Amino acid sequence: MTARLFVPGDAAAVAVGADQVAAALGAATVGQDVSITRTGSRGLFWLEPLVEVATPAGRIAYGPVAPEDVGGLLAAGLLDGGPHALRLGPPEDLPFLRRQTRLTFARCGVIDPRSAAEYEASGGWAGLRRAFALGPEAVVEEVVQSGLRGRGGAGFPTGLKWRTVRQAAGPQKSVVCNADEGDSGTFADRMLMEGDPFLLIEGMAIAGYAVGASRGYVYVRSEYPHAIATFAAALGAARRAGLLGADIDGSGFGFDIELRIGAGAYVCGEETALLDSLEGRRGQVRAKPPLPAHHGLFGRPTVINNVLSLAAVPVILAEGAARYRDLGMGRSRGTMPIQLAGNIRHGGLFEAAFGVTLGELVEEIGGGTASGRPVRAVQVGGPLGAYFPPALFDTPFDYEAFAARDGLIGHGGIVVFDDTVDMAEQARFAMQFCALESCGKCTPCRIGSTRGIEVIERIRSGLDPAANRALLADLCNTMKFGSLCALGGFTPYPVMSALTHFPEDFAGRAAPARAA
Amino acid sequence: MPRFEPWDAARAAAIIDDGKAVPGALLPLLHALQAAFGHIPEAAIPMLAAALNLSRAEVHGVVSFYHDFRHTPPGRHVLKLCQAEACQSMGCRNLAAAAEQRLGVTLGGTTPDGRVTLEAVYCLGLCATAPAAMLDGAVAGRLTTSRLDALLDGLA
Repeated sequence: MTARLFVPGDAAAVAVGADQVAAALGAATVGQDVSITRTGSRGLFWLEPLVEVATPAGRIAYGPVAPEDVGGLLAAGLLDGGPHALRLGPPEDLPFLRRQTRLTFARCGVIDPRSAAEYEASGGWAGLRRAFALGPEAVVEEVVQSGLRGRGGAGFPTGLKWRTVRQAAGPQKSVVCNADEGDSGTFADRMLMEGDPFLLIEGMAIAGYAVGASRGYVYVRSEYPHAIATFAAALGAARRAGLLGADIDGSGFGFDIELRIGAGAYVCGEETALLDSLEGRRGQVRAKPPLPAHHGLFGRPTVINNVLSLAAVPVILAEGAARYRDLGMGRSRGTMPIQLAGNIRHGGLFEAAFGVTLGELVEEIGGGTASGRPVRAVQVGGPLGAYFPPALFDTPFDYEAFAARDGLIGHGGIVVFDDTVDMAEQARFAMQFCALESCGKCTPCRIGSTRGIEVIERIRSGLDPAANRALLADLCNTMKFGSLCALGGFTPYPVMSALTHFPEDFAGRAAPARAA
Repeated sequence: MPRFEPWDAARAAAIIDDGKAVPGALLPLLHALQAAFGHIPEAAIPMLAAALNLSRAEVHGVVSFYHDFRHTPPGRHVLKLCQAEACQSMGCRNLAAAAEQRLGVTLGGTTPDGRVTLEAVYCLGLCATAPAAMLDGAVAGRLTTSRLDALLDGLA
């Protein structure tokens, strides 16, 4: 019988040597009956490269594996799940995975992401088939009932968006997937496209069926070459399997997806800038209204959703809205793929029902800092998210709870910093990033970001600090309420949270430095 | 090693002709031209404008808007160091300073011998294996200055 090994092909695993490990395993097992499947990642990045072997008792994991470990592992009986210092046991039993509720990421790191047959064998397409049985209007209602909100950050109810597009008149509606995952600290879209791309295809097909769109676009950032390659391969496989094309699965519904590549503009993650970019223009933000639902891609009714929103839909359809809605807290229903990143011991993908606290995520699940030093600040929600000190670690992961503390969950990324961080420098960087990435359409963002850098510099150099702090707060207020989109509008979050929670860092360069 | 073709108007015309029919063709065409020539040659701009029924100013506006599109070809190797927050928390600023010192250029520059272009990138999605970089399209994580040195040592 063929021994089956699994080595992640996920970019983060590859970045720490997974390709070399796969090559070493291949070379060491030449002539033996061994197959090596490149999967996505389970999302336990401190254990990557994580090698798994299929045994009669289930999979056994080993990690982190270096190429030079391969000889010893094989000698210790890797192919039978034999004992070794790197043996971790069944991956599902690892505490980091056992504490999760994996709905969206259930297959990620498990199956061959390029195999439509493996996707189907593990429950794939069940959501789409139930959608065909229900009919489009019932599908929209099912998504409304699930309580799913946009996972890109805005948190708008997905079902309401779909209902608006369904009711809009238009000859050619589109489904656009926002895979322009530019927030630092986030990698869930990338992992999903590399680890379970058919799930996104299925979610988009369901969206198209529900709203009456025959055309889909995925706009993915150019910084993600692995995701682009895997997703393109999956598109081809789905077409060959008859799950994209003129008549999907004999339903009479036709839908296909085109993959488009961004060009390094962060602002294109904003939905209207993304639409302009897809149309071949500068990625500039549009004023709303009109909403993309009425006047979207090429002026026609368009559903635009984040990867994680669309990828949540197949499970909602397959298992019913109640299964999803019964998880979570308050108005945040279902699960959120949370990403633990930066200076953290156990960094990775943690999908859980809403409600887990920031402290649990950082200290318990994440294990504190990678450097071993105390946690000083965490930035939640990307470059436009607030910096929270440990004093706010009782905040539950929930859209409203974060908003109540002048923060946001955004796309679910958490970046941990230890006590060597200079928060005035982080505030300055937030303004600098805004200046670098501003689309230029509105004045508060285009001009305010550069003025913001200057004001922070003046505060740091001790120049009339009280007046300049007041000026910075006033500038942030103008940006927050006067900008067209979240880039200018949310840059004040990291800036003001740094100033509010870490005022000592703005005391000026002449002030005594903290103990190193 | 990525090598690029010298400017060839007929080749550019063929690339443009091949891809101009899709809706919103400009970005895919710019990517295709840059893949061939390593940058967006000035001479391609009026060709794109004519093919897509745009003004030259509109095409120039798009080319200059996006960080990816180059006005000149890069060095023989391109090293992109992530400078975003997750990598900052793991020391990417020091890593960039070490790379700048070793190569004798600042972020955005190319070594005088044309060997390496050093660039900042804002997030490669490798935030749990920070600090991260991309060298000629290959990703690297958990970088240290010595690992970075080893990567640079291996370059022709």
